[in-house]
Amino acid sequence: MSSQPLIELTDVRFGYGERPVLDGFHLSVPKGQIVAVMGGSGGGKTSLLSLISGRNTAWSGEVNIDGHNMSGLSPKKLYALRSRMGMLFQFGALFTDMSVYDNIAFPYREKTDLPEPIIRDLVLMKLQAVGLRGAAHFMPHELSGGMARRVALARAIALDPMLMMYDEPFTGLDPISVGVVAQLIRKLNQTFGLTSIIVTHDLTESLRIADRVVIISQGKVYRDLSPQEVRESQDSFIRQFADGLPDGPVPFHHVARPYAEQLLSEL
Amino acid sequence: MMNVLDLIEGLGASITGSLKRLGLLARFFINLLRVIAPMLKRVDLHIKQIYFVGVRSLAITIVSGLFVGMVLAVQGYEVLQRFGSVESLGSLVALSLVRELGPVVAALLFAGRAGSAMTAEIGLMVATEQIAAMDMMAVNPMARVIAPRFVASIIALPILAMIFSTAGIIGSYMVGVELIGIDSGAFWSQMRVSVDFRVDVLNGLYKAIVFGIAVGLLSVFEGYYSAPTAEGVSSATTRTVVISSLTILVLDFVLTVLMFRGLN
Amino acid sequence: MNRSRTNLAVGFFVALGMAAVVFMALKVGNLASFDSSEGYQLEARFDNIGGLKVRAPVKSAGVVVGRVEAIYLDGETYEGVVQIRIRPQYRFSNDTIASILTSGLLGEQYLSLEAGGDPQYLNDGGRFTKTQSAMVLEKLIAQFLYSKASEGSGDRK
Repeated sequence: MSSQPLIELTDVRFGYGERPVLDGFHLSVPKGQIVAVMGGSGGGKTSLLSLISGRNTAWSGEVNIDGHNMSGLSPKKLYALRSRMGMLFQFGALFTDMSVYDNIAFPYREKTDLPEPIIRDLVLMKLQAVGLRGAAHFMPHELSGGMARRVALARAIALDPMLMMYDEPFTGLDPISVGVVAQLIRKLNQTFGLTSIIVTHDLTESLRIADRVVIISQGKVYRDLSPQEVRESQDSFIRQFADGLPDGPVPFHHVARPYAEQLLSEL
Repeated sequence: MMNVLDLIEGLGASITGSLKRLGLLARFFINLLRVIAPMLKRVDLHIKQIYFVGVRSLAITIVSGLFVGMVLAVQGYEVLQRFGSVESLGSLVALSLVRELGPVVAALLFAGRAGSAMTAEIGLMVATEQIAAMDMMAVNPMARVIAPRFVASIIALPILAMIFSTAGIIGSYMVGVELIGIDSGAFWSQMRVSVDFRVDVLNGLYKAIVFGIAVGLLSVFEGYYSAPTAEGVSSATTRTVVISSLTILVLDFVLTVLMFRGLN
Repeated sequence: MNRSRTNLAVGFFVALGMAAVVFMALKVGNLASFDSSEGYQLEARFDNIGGLKVRAPVKSAGVVVGRVEAIYLDGETYEGVVQIRIRPQYRFSNDTIASILTSGLLGEQYLSLEAGGDPQYLNDGGRFTKTQSAMVLEKLIAQFLYSKASEGSGDRK
């Protein structure tokens, strides 16, 4: 069934502690798409990834990944599903006690019975794909931020996942590295036929590579647009994001009582 | 009035907090026990961890053992000579080391040297999302990261305790026999008469195994549940050393009562 | 760290631990102190066992031949019953005298066996017929004082 979406969230409610971060959340992603998810900090973007990867379960509503309902999935089945997902963490999350080569070999050694020569070829292929075959013997602390991100990307795609999740892939990178990582995401999605979800603040870069931009606000999908629509949108909220304005619908000030009242009040 | 109520409330809160943590620890322990057996065939992982917690603690253990033995010899001689039984020095030193000081001091050193390092390492792996990344690769971090470190503690600490006791006895021999001049024959023979391998040495070994379980469990637990910040990792490391040390001493008392109560 | 060097170091570490155990067994401890399944059991009854303790040595001619296994009071005769385990290679005749002695003036107390001449040997579960209780210092002093006192009264007469 190619018509069935790979990711489907229906009326999801989820949060930490008492306060829901996502409430009445709907999202459907068909196979092959790159979706950029945007929204203010603490707005539920990372929660969305943890729900999709099954690291948390929704309070209510349904999370369906490739036809599997994530709540009530046994740990074994969850792991089976996860070995078909890849995730790029914000700062790469490379294993600091292993070389670049061993980091990428890790999923093969743990999840497959492949002999070492074949693993070597696979690792070199993945490293070639991210352009770092020459850095195989480096330790993670010897890598720049951009290189570490690319190595992590090579490790995430090691087991040829159907779904890739990117948690702030551009954060803390220089502009050149941002461009490199963005192009890699695009290229990998095409060549391996992946489906990708990118959680990011970087609208310009997202507009370049995403098929869709989903903006989350107050626990719901606020807008679900194509990049073209975002560029042309006159919506004040979207313009605030696109143009990086400090104040707008997303207020500069955290909720507080009136300034004058607080200054004049007793300690 | 209000203050008293606050105090009681604070007390209640800290008790519930501790109980919750204890429950968490129990659940963690059960989950850990489940994944140990299938991991044991990964010998290389365990050897690597035994290297980190055991071999790297060897120097401090031997040096401490030597000095503790030397001090025991000087102090023991001081007391024994008043009763004219300096020949008993060997048995005094050996019994103290084999039954108590070997396992206990080796465990305390182990908690400070290896336990804290394990907590910090795991804590940093949590903070830098390495644990989460592993989980996302469908590799259970409990089995891959936590279990080998726990098992390595249980293997390494008894070995270290035995080495500590041996170093201590050699240290007391150096001071007692070579320096003070107690008869070497009397030193060893008194020791052998009073130290029973099965009762004293093996019970000391069992103590060390129990301490290895306790320190290993607490170290990996504190690391696994440390807050993913610099302060979180540092306070977890401190907690490992403090809680492990207290646990060792309390367990030592309980075990001593159980093991040696019937003997005298 | 090279893997083979790690293996080597860990191997060395484990070997050192084993050497320590061997040292404990041969040089420090008494491995020869057989466990409860070996040897055979004998029993001796005393009016007073003094400060004899469980695990105290049993010696014959100063050589350790066994250990005290259990001590209890016979509720009917009010005798202290001492159960000992003797190493299998030693046999003692029926008329062996068991006495509780002290090594040195303040040393630990032990059970001494003085072999007799009876051709019959004690077997497992046997009992010593001739025993000598522990010396109790207070009793000795009291005895000494009484004898002195009676000597003194004798002189006056």
